[in-house]
Amino acid sequence: MVFVIVQTAIIYVIIRFRARKGDDTEPVQSHGNTKLEILWTIIPVVILASIGYPIVKGIFDIRAIADGPDVLQVQVTGHQWWWEFEYIDLTDETGRTLVTANELVIPEDVEVNLTMTSADVIHSFWVPILAGKRDVVPNRVSNMTLIADSATPPDAPHPGQCAEYCGLAHADIRLKVHVRTQADFDAWVDGQLTPAAIPTTETEASGYETFNITCAACHNATVAEDGGTTDLGPVRAIEVDGVTFISSLAPNLTNFGERTTFGAGTFDNTAEHLAEWLADPSSIKPMRPELNDIPEGRILGMPNFNLSSDEISNLIALLEGWD
Amino acid sequence: MTSEAAPVEAHDTHDVRPIRKAAMWVFLGSEAMFFGSMIATFLLYRNTTADGPGAEIFNIPFTSASSFVLLMSSLTMVLAHNAFEKRDARATRIWLLATALLGITFLAGQIFEFTEFVHEGLKVSTSSFGSAFYMLTGFHGAHVAIGVTMLLAMFFLSLDGRLYEDRGLNVELIGLYWHFVDIVWIIIFTVVYLLQV
Amino acid sequence: MVVDTEKDLASGNPTGLWSWITTVDHKRIGLLYGASALIFFFVAGLEALLLRLQLTTPNGTILSADAYNQLFTMHGLTMLLVVVMPVAAAFMNYFIPLHIGARDVAFPRANAFSYWLFLFSVVMLLSSFLLGGAPDGGWFGYAPLSTQLEEFVRMDYYAIGAQLLGIASITASANFIATVFTMRAPGMTLMRMPVFTWMAVVVSFLLIFSLPIFGVGLFQMFFDRNFGGQFFGGTGDPLLWQHLFWLFGHPEVYVLVLPAMGIVSEIFPTFSRKPLFGYPFVVFSGIAIGFMGFGVWAHHMYTAGLGPVAEAGFGVATMMIAVPTGVKIFNWIGTMWGGKVKFTLPMMFAIGFVSLFVIGGLSGVLHSVVPSDYQQHDSYFVVAHFHYVLFGGGVFGYVAGAYYWYPKWTGRMLDEKLGQWHFWLMLLGFNLTFAPMHILGLNGMARRTYRYPEGLGWEFWNQVATVGSFIIGISFLFFAWNLIKSRKDGRVAGNDPWDGRTLEWSISSPPPVHNFDEIPVVQHVDDFWYRKYATDDEGRAVRIPDVTGGTIAAETDTGGEDAHEEDMHMPSPSYYPVVSAFGIVFMGYGLVYLPGGWVAVGIGTLITMWGVFGWSLEPVTRDADHD
Repeated sequence: MVFVIVQTAIIYVIIRFRARKGDDTEPVQSHGNTKLEILWTIIPVVILASIGYPIVKGIFDIRAIADGPDVLQVQVTGHQWWWEFEYIDLTDETGRTLVTANELVIPEDVEVNLTMTSADVIHSFWVPILAGKRDVVPNRVSNMTLIADSATPPDAPHPGQCAEYCGLAHADIRLKVHVRTQADFDAWVDGQLTPAAIPTTETEASGYETFNITCAACHNATVAEDGGTTDLGPVRAIEVDGVTFISSLAPNLTNFGERTTFGAGTFDNTAEHLAEWLADPSSIKPMRPELNDIPEGRILGMPNFNLSSDEISNLIALLEGWD
Repeated sequence: MTSEAAPVEAHDTHDVRPIRKAAMWVFLGSEAMFFGSMIATFLLYRNTTADGPGAEIFNIPFTSASSFVLLMSSLTMVLAHNAFEKRDARATRIWLLATALLGITFLAGQIFEFTEFVHEGLKVSTSSFGSAFYMLTGFHGAHVAIGVTMLLAMFFLSLDGRLYEDRGLNVELIGLYWHFVDIVWIIIFTVVYLLQV
Repeated sequence: MVVDTEKDLASGNPTGLWSWITTVDHKRIGLLYGASALIFFFVAGLEALLLRLQLTTPNGTILSADAYNQLFTMHGLTMLLVVVMPVAAAFMNYFIPLHIGARDVAFPRANAFSYWLFLFSVVMLLSSFLLGGAPDGGWFGYAPLSTQLEEFVRMDYYAIGAQLLGIASITASANFIATVFTMRAPGMTLMRMPVFTWMAVVVSFLLIFSLPIFGVGLFQMFFDRNFGGQFFGGTGDPLLWQHLFWLFGHPEVYVLVLPAMGIVSEIFPTFSRKPLFGYPFVVFSGIAIGFMGFGVWAHHMYTAGLGPVAEAGFGVATMMIAVPTGVKIFNWIGTMWGGKVKFTLPMMFAIGFVSLFVIGGLSGVLHSVVPSDYQQHDSYFVVAHFHYVLFGGGVFGYVAGAYYWYPKWTGRMLDEKLGQWHFWLMLLGFNLTFAPMHILGLNGMARRTYRYPEGLGWEFWNQVATVGSFIIGISFLFFAWNLIKSRKDGRVAGNDPWDGRTLEWSISSPPPVHNFDEIPVVQHVDDFWYRKYATDDEGRAVRIPDVTGGTIAAETDTGGEDAHEEDMHMPSPSYYPVVSAFGIVFMGYGLVYLPGGWVAVGIGTLITMWGVFGWSLEPVTRDADHD
């Protein structure tokens, strides 16, 4: 509206007062008008002040940290270039928390409090349809509240994207948010907490061997074994401001088969894409695995392990079977 | 400002001192922001020692002595400027040299201090405290070194009898700079060494 | 009289490459700044076109992620620090002394030093493309990304290059401030100075106080990268960098825009044939913008987690900046109101400036609405916003200035037809490129991403933006051709082609080396106008008879001045500024390639010391016996 007024004034002025041919008179040499100056200083001040109050109130509302028994608590760790989620209140009988990566599943109509930090550089958590963005900063804890209610468009999964430039693959650190009914969500949680058993078929068993030798150097996964569970892969955590965050080297692959995407929300989870990825990850997502330093905890992407095509197809069979 | 009486001769060569002084003040304003930012950084990281050494390794008596040396150099600088204004070239020369030597003494003290701290395990890479400490005091030391260089240059010029030539460099400007560097040190000494909350 | 070699010789203006390298003439240095900035503008523009090509289709494959990241980093860095700031410096160099009736800036050699340090630093920065890759951590260089491994994020060139550019700018700013405060002609009180010069003063102060903060941040980044420092990584706090960066970065925005505001504040009165409406209010609103510019840096960090109190405070402060900006816009409209508006090329660009700047300003107010900024931040909406401010505002303003003052630089007018092509294509291309980005941003497209997935409905607007960007590119080819062609073929301008108001129009085009044969005595704002016009009873301007254009000094270019030449003592050419600047950049290269580079640092230090000592000890004027 302000724009329309100002542009109209400009257009009016340049037409009304344009120099016409044959008119040689000079304009009146006015120098200004103090009353006008005061007027057009005060009017904007009043307008801005009147929109200022609700804004300030809005900030405090948005920044309030959701808490209480009904709030779903999720800890988020940002990595170059993927997201790690830990549902700290959802555990199996052994106390193992629900950990997943890149696809956040939330129940509808429930407030979700994200407690976030970063393992390396600054990221920013942004799912445009659900909320504004919030930076995820190393050495700092930040919070944001998500809620998927009736106002949220139903066409989940909602796409998200890291919104703070985080280096080479900043374009490919995406995520998906799945919104489920409470019943579906509970079922999902149960499924996540009861992992697949160690495979027995030949292809999957061969894939499992490769997984243990190669993948488990960085990736975590949980498998069922003898009535209990076994956790594969290194366990790492960081403590920031008294909060302990899980900070794995690579995405947790438990129940990978039921995810819709991989590569931080970048590729559809199909056998075809997985084969491409396993053959040479950096060829489809820009990464610099040659700079990885596992003892230092610095991982800049998945290396090419020169897997044979058999190994690749067996691994795919294993991973897609984990659901 | 030019007077109307000499419009043509303008200000290109004649009385450039006030112009230079104005520019020096502006430059020092900029320097103040420079040191201000580093002091703010130090305050932020004063306690971020990451299990490395912190403020307890400071040797307050030693640094007080070297601070006193630097303060004295401000006094000799005033004396140098005073002599310069009185066109007493010999006294100017002596006080310039004295100022430079006091500056060098201060720098020697700082180098000694840094060596000690490194032995005790405080390096740039030890902690945020170490980074902020060395950067702040190091850049101050570099400023002292530049000041000493200018003082010595002026001293050698005066040996040639060229003290009063109108050049880019003169005693008054060096004096302004030198006092500024001293004042910054007083703040650093207070904030870094003495204030230990 | 027109410019050519003959004239140059007659006015004691030496020619040849060496004379340009050793020049200390503020006008020549201004032209050097302008020409360099224009060349770098085409470089940065080319970078932008490559970025746009990559984004034309989803999952574009023209650039690799690495190349894209280098290009967007360098596009931002180049446009801001290497194009727009130097263009502003070009105008300031050329016109501050002319506007205040001085013969040169306060420190002509320091002025040359600023230019050469700027030029060498840019060459150094751009050379990184050929020496293993350009900086790729963003022009904002957020830590700790920017302090990661050199093999991964190449920011040493950034840390050193931006530092050197900063030193060049501080030197130049101190020079301008000293010039304005000590070298004004008799009667030229501060409140009689042209608004452009006023804005130059504000900008210089902004730079003097904000650049050292940035400098500290850059040093800290350099320590972290090379000496294991822990300012931003390790036990440090990454937000420290953001505070230091934006304490510089936000005033920087006003550094880029205020000179353009100053330029249009000269153009509107000239082509409305009326004095600037509310001169003191325009000046003070500029100062107010400068002051407030220091108080709003954190509005770039709303999503970083400062806490609601800080966010609310900075949000309100940011909104309030709209007030003095609005005052300026109303005053420009007030200037045209009741005037006789002539649609010359400078005026068209100036009107374009105001219109587009209003759009940019309003989308800026939207950002200060913090909750909505949580969405817009780091999306294409922000890209749209600051291009409306800096391109629609800044670049339109500077181009207006170029059309306005080209006759003063060269003695010839720019071609009208080519200029019309330039204006309309630029206006069209600009809006096609950046208006769709508002929509893309609101639809969730994030900045700095080298590719985006299909199926989100972003394809169409991205294609429009790419087409628009090429139209902008073409429009500037018209401009470049116009600048080259008119230099020889343009209509002869005379001293005062626009019936101008300020002192620069009272002297010949181009001005003689010493600017004014006699230093003018000033009695009014727009003093030159009042030598030409009186006002009648109704307050209308009436031409004072028998006074032609530039009688005050200029008609007598060559004849009378020889007599004065002896007394004038223009500063002599000097190569020491070039040497000093070269030495410093040599040190810079060394610092980039530590630890082996220490040798180069040593050599560079020696070269710099040679330059500085030679400089300090050499006489200022040709006449060594003087005084």
